[in-house]
Amino acid sequence: MMLKNIGKNAFLLGFVAALCVLILGLVNQLTSPRIQQQNMISKLAILYEVLPDADSSQHHLLQDCVLVTDARFLGRDTPQAVYRWREQDAVSAYIIETTAPDGYSGNIDLIVAATPTGTVLGSRVLRHLETPGLGDKIESRRSDWILSFNQQPVSDSNLQKWAVKKDGGQFDQFTGATITPRAVVNAVRNAALFLQQHPELATMPANCEE
Amino acid sequence: MSQFKEIAYQGLWKNNPGLVQLLGLCPLLAVSSTLTNALGLGVATLLVLLSSNIAISLVRHHVPNEIRIPVFVLIIIGFVTVLELTINAFAFGLYQSLGIFIPLIGTNCIIIGRAEAFASKNPVLPSAFDATMMGTGFTLVLVLLGGIREILGQGTLFDGAEQMFGSWAKGLRIEVFHSENHFLLAMLPPGAFLCMGMLIALRTVINNKLQQRQQTAQKTITRSRVTGTTQ
Repeated sequence: MMLKNIGKNAFLLGFVAALCVLILGLVNQLTSPRIQQQNMISKLAILYEVLPDADSSQHHLLQDCVLVTDARFLGRDTPQAVYRWREQDAVSAYIIETTAPDGYSGNIDLIVAATPTGTVLGSRVLRHLETPGLGDKIESRRSDWILSFNQQPVSDSNLQKWAVKKDGGQFDQFTGATITPRAVVNAVRNAALFLQQHPELATMPANCEE
Repeated sequence: MSQFKEIAYQGLWKNNPGLVQLLGLCPLLAVSSTLTNALGLGVATLLVLLSSNIAISLVRHHVPNEIRIPVFVLIIIGFVTVLELTINAFAFGLYQSLGIFIPLIGTNCIIIGRAEAFASKNPVLPSAFDATMMGTGFTLVLVLLGGIREILGQGTLFDGAEQMFGSWAKGLRIEVFHSENHFLLAMLPPGAFLCMGMLIALRTVINNKLQQRQQTAQKTITRSRVTGTTQ
């Protein structure tokens, strides 16, 4: 009797689980193309925000992309994408995904647009977990701070200027939050240095899976 | 009808999930740093609670007692995931501001709590009403806490509302006072605990006052009846 009961309950539980899997699978199938499209749109919007000369008709920007891995300069030991922006076939700018591993609470994922010679064109924060009201001023919608990277060159002679003012550099820190902007400044500088040190990025075959 | 009145009283005041049952403290304290976030999580929780209560009430006669908890968990998590995928696909702006809270709803004990305590024993209509009232009670506490913390922390209300409701909501933003230095404590989790403690204390004080008044009222009634019988 008891065994029969256990069997019945196990079957019922399995049935409910299977039903849930079926429903979730179905919903996932139905929504995933739209979710991908939405992610693409928001990614494109950010790409065009850091690259003012580009216009939204140039969708091929997302395809011309190589994956790179460099834990020291890009803050992650997993591959990150570098998008190439070409004018008359010569690369005039890169847009690189990078990570500041030393944020106040975890990783800060950024996107940095820079020329092959190392001039930062712009940067935006993609994801972060910094303190609301303090560290989140790195977001462009909360403060203009991130715009202070626009058109800033990085070279061996001005490396010490790539720091927050507290450390003797040229970038503002926030009242009550120094760790977050310090992490972002370092990550943007390192991304620009990485692009300078790797001229072969321009000729590598595109290998991002989209 | 009095059953519905009782459910509303339980959900909104007597057994308020936020202030009395203290269920779902994790999302309650984590996302109530601004009014907008608080409202977003409150409404999302209300939606999941409503759908899970209805579903569980519908299947309550078919689920054996021994396996009811895992079945309820499956149903609840199913609804949370469907809600998350749907919002992600069709309301991307909302998803970006609510994204991290939605999976958190699954961990909110209010939902399994109401499923177990109410929906598994009652018909669909009262269950749906119970979910609405409990969800509203929870949302009210969240909104109150979010409002207090946002005013104390950065002197505004509805900051960032446009990310949830679209660009028209920019006009909702109210600047109560202007300060360059934010009051950090109110924005951080310890401030949430302190605010929450104050709110619970305030509710207890009001509740005690109400009960006292009720008791004195009852006393006078009984006494008058006693005098009535002796005369």
